Amino acid sequence: MAHVVYLVGDDISTDVIYPGRYMATVLPTETPQFAFVDDAAFNGKLKNKQVPPGSIIVAGQNFGCGSSREQAVSTLKGHELVIIARSVARIFMQNAVNLGLRLVVAPGITAAVGDELTIEDDRVVNTTSGAVFPIERLPRARQAIVDAGGLIAYTRKRLMGTPAA
Amino acid sequence: MGMTIVEKILARASGQAAVKAGDVLEPKVDLAMSHENAALVVNQFLEIYKDTGREPRVWDPSRVAIIFDHRVPAESPKTATNQKKVREFVARHMISKFHDIRGDLGGICHQILPESGYVRPGAVVVGTDSHTTSHGALGAFAFGIGATEMASVWTLGFAVNIEVPATIKVVVSGTFPAMVGPKDLILHIIGKISSQGANYRVIEFHGDTIKRMSTSGRLVICNMSVEAGATSGIVPADEETVTYLREEAGVKDALDLVQPDGDAVYQQVIAIDVSALEPQIACPHTVDNVKPLAAVAGTRVNQVVIGSCTNGRLDDIAMAASLVRGKKVAQNTRMLVFPASGRIYQRALDAGYIGDLMRAGAVVMNPGCGPCLGVHEGALGDGEVALSTTNRNFKGRMGNPTGEVYLCSPAVAAASAVTGVITDPRRGA
Ligand code: SF4
Repeated sequence: MAHVVYLVGDDISTDVIYPGRYMATVLPTETPQFAFVDDAAFNGKLKNKQVPPGSIIVAGQNFGCGSSREQAVSTLKGHELVIIARSVARIFMQNAVNLGLRLVVAPGITAAVGDELTIEDDRVVNTTSGAVFPIERLPRARQAIVDAGGLIAYTRKRLMGTPAA
Repeated sequence: MGMTIVEKILARASGQAAVKAGDVLEPKVDLAMSHENAALVVNQFLEIYKDTGREPRVWDPSRVAIIFDHRVPAESPKTATNQKKVREFVARHMISKFHDIRGDLGGICHQILPESGYVRPGAVVVGTDSHTTSHGALGAFAFGIGATEMASVWTLGFAVNIEVPATIKVVVSGTFPAMVGPKDLILHIIGKISSQGANYRVIEFHGDTIKRMSTSGRLVICNMSVEAGATSGIVPADEETVTYLREEAGVKDALDLVQPDGDAVYQQVIAIDVSALEPQIACPHTVDNVKPLAAVAGTRVNQVVIGSCTNGRLDDIAMAASLVRGKKVAQNTRMLVFPASGRIYQRALDAGYIGDLMRAGAVVMNPGCGPCLGVHEGALGDGEVALSTTNRNFKGRMGNPTGEVYLCSPAVAAASAVTGVITDPRRGA
């Protein structure tokens, strides 16, 4: 159970999540400071640790469209945010799986800032409004990487010749 | 059951007789491209090897390409140091397809790969850049991946757990009206199917208009396929592809022009006739917010940008030069031109285009990504408007979240630079 801390609409691009001008910063320990940096209020809350880990961002369609920059994922992961979106752009989805960002696709999701949501196996329950939203399952191919704990661990396993999960 | 081009490519690359959309495979990678973000790939690559007791080793250094383009020459000590680290890695691992910051061999990755002959029809190409879709122009299956996924490819030589995408067939017919071309076509398609209309799918381009289109034009439509969410765009390789690869890219070995089967299964077929297509503009702040030029004609423009992996090739620069020759860029409008590669820059210089542009008042910048992604040069002032031949107009894309970016063809951009407002190039600037 966690609260919605931020609501964004459709087509939120990686330029909005992590602007190109900070792309020289690559280390996952350093990228979190620039999350949604052009929204000074929300970025400020994140930087001042006013957003508890596990807090939820609710997004519309095509979240994470645009550039393949992985910083857009590591910056959110660094704050241990959870993303619930109506749909997600392909490369962002893959990067989220690879880095272990918690990302849930719930095509009908609606929520307000402050609502309390519970993510179950196959649905999101908005305990504030009582509404229930089915979750789209990850394709089989991606689940194996999640189960391994991300792509670094998964590739290391493959490299060492152990059969993948 | 017949296969699409991408199904055929993936079947070959994974050693199977036949595959279909939805299958999960591990295709061998023919070419793995990165730019400055190789700095992050290197970190992740070393992380994979950590505590394994093995010496980090790139699976095949001849198949790795690294092109510096996003911030060239470096805009900050941080970028310069990233580039220095990548240079050291390139030397240590003997990566041969490395393009440093140079006036002759440098340029934008999506131009360097085709013109250097690194991409072949039927190849599997991955790149840590979303516009890797560009290389579908040569009949390759080319798609963007993240840095960690690239580190995995460097380690294993194949892409793990790839789901075969379904394909949308787009059939384009008719002859473009004057001053209308591939950029207008792809903007029109994106407007029609939306920014996620092809998400997780491939767009295969067919029709007589595509057959007659130059490789330069095909690069434009494949480049921007990702703006409709596509995993990749692809044009079936043909005579034009062979001519380009032989004459422009110096490729001598045999080419396999992979074609789709006649009974290939497409998820959707879209027919488009370009005979009456108007110049198209993508309005702020999404690429699918596309309108005919007439809807926004007269909009005041502070900065005109011509270049990028979408429209920084010789034909684009020739078009721009022809429209400003003997004229002047409007007062209070800046015109920035950045050729896509050193080779293109040199040719534009030899042909006199650079002189035409400079005499008109344009600033001609070095090859690279320049103002396209807003990190380096050509940032917008608060509330300023840019008209650009690049491929993205997201909020903040040109370095300022209060700026507005309109996307268009080189003809529209150049005509508008002279008037200072969005102008239809067919009416004359
Ligand atoms: S020119 Fe722009 S879109 Fe193309 S690779 Fe460079 S930054 Fe990306």
